[in-house]
Amino acid sequence: MAATSRTTTYDPDARMAPGPWLKRNLFNSVGQTALTIVTALILLRCLWALLGWGVFNAVWYTTDPDVCRAATGACWAVIVEKHRPMLFGLYPYDEHWRLALMMAIYLATVVLSLWPRCWNLRLLVPLWIVAALSIGILMFGGVFGLRFVPTADWGGLPLTMLLFTGTVLIGMPVAVLLALGRRAPLPVARGVSVVFIEALRGVPLITILFVAVNVFPLFLPAGMEVNRLLRITVGIAIFFACYQAEVIRGGLQAIPRGQYEAAASINLGYWQTTRHIILPQALRICLPAITNHIIAAMKNTSFVIIIGLFDILTATTAVMQDPLWRSFYVEAYLFVAGVYLFFGYALSVYARQLEKWIAEGRI
Amino acid sequence: MSPATANIPAATANADIVIAMHNISKWYGPFKALDNVSLDVRKGERVVVCGPSGSGKSTLIRCINRLEVHQEGQIFVKGLEMTDNVKNIDAIRRNIGMVFQNFNLFPHLTVLENLTLGPMLTRQMKKADAEELAMHFLRKVRIPDQARKYPLQLSGGQQQRVAIARSLCMEPEIMLFDEPTSALDPEMIKEVLDTMIELAQSGMTMIVVTHEMGFARTVADNVVFMADGSKVESAPPEEFFGNPREPRTRAFLDQILKH
Ligand SMILES: Nc1ncnc2c1ncn2[C@@H]1O[C@H](COP(=O)(O)OP(=O)(O)OP(=O)(O)O)[C@@H](O)[C@H]1O
Ligand SMILES: [Mg+2]
Repeated sequence: MAATSRTTTYDPDARMAPGPWLKRNLFNSVGQTALTIVTALILLRCLWALLGWGVFNAVWYTTDPDVCRAATGACWAVIVEKHRPMLFGLYPYDEHWRLALMMAIYLATVVLSLWPRCWNLRLLVPLWIVAALSIGILMFGGVFGLRFVPTADWGGLPLTMLLFTGTVLIGMPVAVLLALGRRAPLPVARGVSVVFIEALRGVPLITILFVAVNVFPLFLPAGMEVNRLLRITVGIAIFFACYQAEVIRGGLQAIPRGQYEAAASINLGYWQTTRHIILPQALRICLPAITNHIIAAMKNTSFVIIIGLFDILTATTAVMQDPLWRSFYVEAYLFVAGVYLFFGYALSVYARQLEKWIAEGRI
Repeated sequence: MSPATANIPAATANADIVIAMHNISKWYGPFKALDNVSLDVRKGERVVVCGPSGSGKSTLIRCINRLEVHQEGQIFVKGLEMTDNVKNIDAIRRNIGMVFQNFNLFPHLTVLENLTLGPMLTRQMKKADAEELAMHFLRKVRIPDQARKYPLQLSGGQQQRVAIARSLCMEPEIMLFDEPTSALDPEMIKEVLDTMIELAQSGMTMIVVTHEMGFARTVADNVVFMADGSKVESAPPEEFFGNPREPRTRAFLDQILKH
C-alpha cells in the first residue's frame, strides 16, 4: 500500500501537551482566567440540571402515564411504550417483524457495500439483487403467505430508509449527468442541464413535491398510474440532484486541462475519459460537499408528510396525539432526533474515513 | 477512401513521409499563433523544434494530434488527413504518442494502472497482457520497481519516464515531446534525455520541442527554428548550429548557447 500520505495537515495545537495548552488558551491573563471560571460554572450548572432531568429523576419504565406525571424528570417510558408505532408507522402491528428483518437486511447490505474490501461487482451485484428482492417481498408481501401491505401503509424508519436510499441512488447518477451536461461539448446538453438545474434549484422542495404528487398525474394518459411513493422519491431525488450537480461541477472544474489532453493522447474517447480519468478525481475532490448534501437529503425525506405517509418524524407526531401520553412529546422527539443523529453521524464518520483512505491512496 | 483523403498532394504520396503539414495557420481569437507553417517528417526521422517562448512550438505539435485545431492548411498523418472527422482523429491518434512538459500522469491511478489503461480501453487488451506490456516498457525506462506507486510519490524524472512509458504502451509509430525536460531539476534531465536517446536509437519517429541543444546535436536529423508563429529555418544539426542562415536563428542560438 501507499507508504506516504498524499495530503498533509497543519494544526499548531496538535502537538501540545494538555498543561501548556490550557495555560495558553484558557488561563492566559487575569481576565481570561475569570472568564474561564465563570463559563465553567455555567456549563457545570447546565450539565447538572440536564443530568437531573434526563437521568436521576427520569422515569425509565412504566405503562402508567401518571407515574411520569408525578416525576420531575424525563419520561423515557413513553419511548418504550410507543416505540413500535413511532418506528414502524401505520404498518400492520402483527407484521412488524417483517420491518425489523428488512432493516437488518438493509443495514447489512449498506455496511457491506460501503466497505472497500467488498468492492467487487461480482460480490456486490448478487448481494444487491438478493437484498432488493427480499426487502421488496418483506415490505409488500403478497407471496409466500405474507399478507399484502400497500405502500400507503408503509411508515416509520423503514420508509425513511427507503426514501433516503432511493433519493441517493436515483439522485447521484442524475447529478453526475447534469454536472457533465453543463460542461459538455454539445450545446444542446449544456442548455438542457442549465435550464433544468437553474429552474429546479430556484424552487422550494415542497413545490416540486406538490407537482410530483398533484400535477404530474394530470399529464399521464387515463388509466395509467405511477405509485405516489415512487413519485415523491423521484421528486426528492431530482431536487437533491440539482444541488449535487453544482457540487460535482465544482470538482470537474478543478481537474487541470492536462488530464484531458493526456487522455486524448492515449486515444480515450469522451466517456472513457469521463469515467476513468475525470470523474474519479472530481468526486474525490468534492467528497466533503457531496456528503453534506447526502446528509441533508436524509432529513428531506420527512417531506413525505405531504402525501400522508408516516415517516419516522410524522409517525411520532401522530403517535403523540394520544391524550394519555401527549405531554411527553419532548422525550419522543428527542428520540427521533437521536435516530437522525445516529444515521447522520454515521454518514459523517464514514465520509471522513473515505477521505482518509483517499488521502492514503488506498482507494 | 473518404473524400477528405482523396486529394493527397504529391509529397504525401511518398510512402516515407509520415507527417505532412501544408501551410498550417492557426489563430487564438484574433491572435495568429501559427503562420503558414509547412513541415514534412519522414519515417524514423527525429525533428527537434526550438525557438523563443511564445513562438508557437507547442501549438504546432499539438495540431498534429488535434489537441489544437488548425484553421488553414492540411495535416496528413500516414496519408490520412486530420479533419474534424472523429474516425480520422481516432485513427491518427492511434499512431501518435505524446509526452507533456508537466507529465500529466493520472494521479489517482498507480503507475501500472496509468500504463495499462490505454491498452485495455482502446486496444481491448486483457489485463494480464496489458500489465506484461506495461512492465516491458517500465523496464525500458528503468523503473520497473515503481509500478505499484502513485505518480506523486515519484521524482519528476521518474514521473516523466512513466509518462514516456505510458505513451509507448500504445505502441505508436510517432512520438511528440513538448519540452519534456523543462519542468525537471537539472540532475533529472539526463535520465529523461537518456531514455529519449534510446528511443531514438530504436528507430522511433520523433518530434521534440526542447531547449536542450546537446540533445538536438546528437539525436536530431533536422532542427526547426520557429519565431512569431513562422518556421524561420530548418536544417540538419551540423548546418543549423555551424552555419545558421537567418539572423534571427543566430541571435537565438547566441542567447541560448551562452548559458
Ligand atoms: N489557449 C490559448 N489561447 C490563447 N492564446 C494562446 C493559447 N495557447 C497559446 N497561445 C498563444 O499562442 C502563442 C504560441 O503559444 P505556444 O504555447 O505554442 O508557444 P511556445 O512556442 O510553445 O512557447 P513556450 O516555449 O513558452 O512553451 C503564444 O503567444 C501564446 O500566448
Ligand atoms: Mg510550449
